[in-house]
Amino acid sequence: MPNLESNTAGIISPNPFWLASAPPTNSGRQIMRAFDAGWGGAVWKTVGQPIQNTSSRFGGLAWRGQKGVGFNNIELITDRTMDTNFREIAEVKKRFPNHALIVSLMVESKEEWKEVIDRSVDAGADGIELNFGCPHGMCERGMGSAVGQEPEVNERITSWAKEFSTIPVLVKLTPNVSDIVPHGLAAQAGGADGVSLINTVKSIISVDVENFVPRPSVGGKSTNGGYCGAAVRPIALHMVGALSRSPEFRLPISGIGGITDWSNAVEFLLLGASSVQVCTEVMLRGYRIVEDMIDGLENYMRRKGLECLGDFIGRAIPAYTEWGELDINFESVARIDPETCIGCQKCVVACHDGAHQCIHPGPEADSVPIVDEPECVGCNLCEIVCPVPDCIQMVQVDNGLAEVSWNEHLVRNLRIREKKGSHGYDMPE
Amino acid sequence: MKGVAEDRSEAEFGDLKPAYSRTQALVEANRCLYCFDPPCVRACPTSIDIPQFIRRIAEDNVEGAARSIFEKNILGMSCARVCPVEVLCVGKCVFNEAEVVPIEIGRLQRFATDRAYEEEWRFFEAGEDTGLKVALIGGGPASLAAAHELRRLGHAVDLFEKSNRLGGLNRSGIAPYKMKSGRAEEEVEWVLSVGGIGLRLETSIPEDISWTEIEKRYDAVFLGMGLGPDTILPIEGRNLKGVYGAVALIERIKLGSADLDGVRTAIVLGGGNTAIDMARELRGLGVEEVIMAYRGRREVMSGYAHEWSRAVKEGVIAQWSCQPLEILGSDGRVEAVRFQRLDAQKSPIPGEEFTLSANLVAFALGQQKLGNLVAGLDGIEVVGGRIVVGQSGATGRPGFFAGGDCANGGKEVVNAVAEGKAAALAIHEYLESRSD
Repeated sequence: MPNLESNTAGIISPNPFWLASAPPTNSGRQIMRAFDAGWGGAVWKTVGQPIQNTSSRFGGLAWRGQKGVGFNNIELITDRTMDTNFREIAEVKKRFPNHALIVSLMVESKEEWKEVIDRSVDAGADGIELNFGCPHGMCERGMGSAVGQEPEVNERITSWAKEFSTIPVLVKLTPNVSDIVPHGLAAQAGGADGVSLINTVKSIISVDVENFVPRPSVGGKSTNGGYCGAAVRPIALHMVGALSRSPEFRLPISGIGGITDWSNAVEFLLLGASSVQVCTEVMLRGYRIVEDMIDGLENYMRRKGLECLGDFIGRAIPAYTEWGELDINFESVARIDPETCIGCQKCVVACHDGAHQCIHPGPEADSVPIVDEPECVGCNLCEIVCPVPDCIQMVQVDNGLAEVSWNEHLVRNLRIREKKGSHGYDMPE
Repeated sequence: MKGVAEDRSEAEFGDLKPAYSRTQALVEANRCLYCFDPPCVRACPTSIDIPQFIRRIAEDNVEGAARSIFEKNILGMSCARVCPVEVLCVGKCVFNEAEVVPIEIGRLQRFATDRAYEEEWRFFEAGEDTGLKVALIGGGPASLAAAHELRRLGHAVDLFEKSNRLGGLNRSGIAPYKMKSGRAEEEVEWVLSVGGIGLRLETSIPEDISWTEIEKRYDAVFLGMGLGPDTILPIEGRNLKGVYGAVALIERIKLGSADLDGVRTAIVLGGGNTAIDMARELRGLGVEEVIMAYRGRREVMSGYAHEWSRAVKEGVIAQWSCQPLEILGSDGRVEAVRFQRLDAQKSPIPGEEFTLSANLVAFALGQQKLGNLVAGLDGIEVVGGRIVVGQSGATGRPGFFAGGDCANGGKEVVNAVAEGKAAALAIHEYLESRSD
């Protein structure tokens, strides 16, 4: 049986699946239900001076009939009193001593930081997470992403937290920056024990075209919110990977952003995260999804012969490099399996209009398309649009050329592949 | 265990609902809404977590999907094929409310469970030995499900079966376009693979071993002996050649070969699901004219509407509101059936009789109840041939539990599995309370 125990900056949880600080972790009662359902940890919804929320708070992105592909919200931090939150935190920790309970915090002055950190420690929390990421509402008051976007402020407040805290300190980073690395390094310089990322992306989820109001509409007006859900996962994966491969950055990472199932969680671990946090998918489908996540992760680990998370955390980092280091002579082409092809011709139109005009219709309508392999640039577009699993596969072809990167080529002028695809053909008359 | 003959009659039939390809399964799985506490699960007697296993298929975790199914129903492979999903899970899918084609839950379940058999995934182990022994009477689905659960709980079990094979009606009675007998035999192996299930084949009770002996040797008993032979009306001509009990004839089609040479017209007597199965199987084997004759009208038949409409499509003809008076024949062979016409209350309409010629007649009027087998055991109540049980399968005699057709009078495989499993848990509780 694979061991799923996770350790992020000294915060131990029975599995790497944590609930992110958000509506699903608003109260003790919810978190206890989540732990019963199988979640290994939870980050308590950000505690600070209780706020007043708007009515109408969430917006969803639907895409070709699928609701909730992306999601945004304009909800702020907790609206419950500190007394209530800390009393419940202590109670949950007492009942679930082996689960990870982290308290997300967001306040302004140094005195306030000391107070909320002391109270978190007293309540028995396993760690604290400094919310430097919230991109709506709180940032207008100088908190959340307003802190996260300024490395100096980030480092200063992190160092306060370290001064006051006897438990691990995680800094939650905002993706609303051009390069995440300096912000991770600022947290590191402030003494943080780990980082969690990404928080939500500044967004307008949609506009009501009948009434000329962006969504979510609060009495006819709206504001930008924080974007999350499956659609932001690639942004999050990149930022986690960028920190992991940065030679200066050495902190553990709790990965967040669009995780919907076990395989997404594995992706974050492979890019260096040691735990993952989930919110949107729980909001859409409930705490019960963790059962599938645990089962899927266990099956994956068994299948791959992995005994513990440490066996694969960061395993994809060596393969994540810069463009200039890629083998420019590697060549792949599309192969269509005539047995499973259903004749939809989606690859033909995608290749013709969106790529390099090398997949052509077969001899008859509905027949299997033909790949002009000498012209196929190996772009993958056809494989992406094909509706049949494994029908189009990208296969490597041996062109006899030695491996060479663009960077090496610039220095040593090594032989590189002939360009493929349509180059300089005549314009039609 | 030896497999069934290759050249048996059922081999003629194709699959009513063929296996899904991976593409089909993924498209269908991604359509499921993943409802919470949904009606499909509530409609399943074994409470399979349907949204969960479907989601796992969509997430490319087919092993997890199969585990989720078998955890609830160890006979999930056959149930995927033989369950009347139209009136159970699929019939309750919320998409029906929106007049959208409901999720094909049975076919998705088949996709996951077939894969588990193919890949030989094993999910369950016998529990730590408790030193307690349970006898299970009958080798059909109810006993198999109970035996598996009891082994997981660490109890020693012995299965007593009067024939030489396990599987019960799941092996010999399922319409071949739903499942062939070979598949049922593979399922028996699947259940037995938990290990330690003792087999006492070709052993009848009380002929070969008395109840007193059973009680002496075992700490608890599960009664899962199913039903007896077909009910044959005591009418003239019932012993003519060409007159069968439907269950017996179906068994011949399933396990051997049914000689239908020269059978042009067949009459099936009854209006339940066995009658419909019988009629469809005869049509499928090439009988030109198959008539199902039932006492009531179509609206009151106990056979499922969806099954009947398939039968009609296949060319089965109905004679509603009639009852056989006598079977006519010559040279000892059946030639016709004389019927009495009945009114809406199923009462005879005087003077309205008619005769239909037939070369084969099958009685599908139900099976005899076996409750009398246990009639001598004090405390066990038998009503109308059925063993009376409480919610968890307990009979009135301490240590005796029952489930499946012998207790419910004849329901689906999935009911037998649910009752067998529930009884196993109740037996466990009983044994624990006794050892305290």
